[in-house]
Amino acid sequence: MLPDALPVLVAAVRDQPQTIGPGPYLVLAALLFTIGAVGLLVRRNVLVMFMCVELMLNAVNLTFVTFSRSLAGDINGQVAVFFVLVVAAAEVVIGLGIIVAIFRRRQGATADDLHILKG
Amino acid sequence: MTPVLAEVFDVGFADLVVFVVAGAVVLAGGFGVVLARNPVHAALSLITTLFGVAVLFVSQQADFLAVVQVIVYAGAIVVLFLFVIMLLGVDKEESIAAEPLKAQRPVALALGLLVLVELVFLSGIHFGSIADVESQPGITPTDPGAENVEQLARTIFTRYLYAFEVTSVLLVIAVVGAVVLARRAGVTRQRPASPSTEPVSR
Repeated sequence: MLPDALPVLVAAVRDQPQTIGPGPYLVLAALLFTIGAVGLLVRRNVLVMFMCVELMLNAVNLTFVTFSRSLAGDINGQVAVFFVLVVAAAEVVIGLGIIVAIFRRRQGATADDLHILKG
Repeated sequence: MTPVLAEVFDVGFADLVVFVVAGAVVLAGGFGVVLARNPVHAALSLITTLFGVAVLFVSQQADFLAVVQVIVYAGAIVVLFLFVIMLLGVDKEESIAAEPLKAQRPVALALGLLVLVELVFLSGIHFGSIADVESQPGITPTDPGAENVEQLARTIFTRYLYAFEVTSVLLVIAVVGAVVLARRAGVTRQRPASPSTEPVSR
């Protein structure tokens, strides 16, 4: 019963005549970006810092999609999100590879320990 | 209360409910990532945020991106995070007491607040309902009437073809780089005195 009702529900939500403007979505994205930025500055666990970067990227993706919709359905905003997703995936792969290569032998990786790399 | 809110903002009721619920989920996940002491909890909060953002994508008619977000971000990237967390054994809780730079936290909060105020001020000019096509001079919707996936595919493979190929190369480079980074250094070097013709194994 639910699979049959799901398209109807989704259509009922999406095809409403009056829709929320771009403003609330932009404010939400701004909040998410700020949370990610503050988290990146405050946390010291390298992996959590990386996750805060992902939060910021998601906020930017939300902004792109919002503007794509508010500019009369211009698809280029969504294309930008597509490429941001691809680049974020590649960045996570390399970033985690670097983290593993540096912190392989020590317990409790924090960003403060990176100072021992100083020559 | 929500019907009153719907009237205040002059929006569809279901639209408002979806936005409020998904927005709450997104923000709860965001706070969870920043405030969780255990990195595994932070990863789970990140998954929550990603799902909330996917719902917001759907409510803005970006269906393909919502699915790709769930599959790639929540399904692959966060799993990769969890692998590395378990591999490095950093699932021990981080001590939030000691901080090398004493002023870092207050300054970070102040700067964050500044960024937030600035962004909210900039986005405040965009409040209101979605404008019609006619009222936006010079903006024509790309391929109107087509499905979301078709529009995306048509644009990516014609207008952004070069960028698409470059990102493909980027992915290959990322894979090669990951393999190189994961190799253990200094494994089995050839003995210098040995006259063996065997090549140095890496």
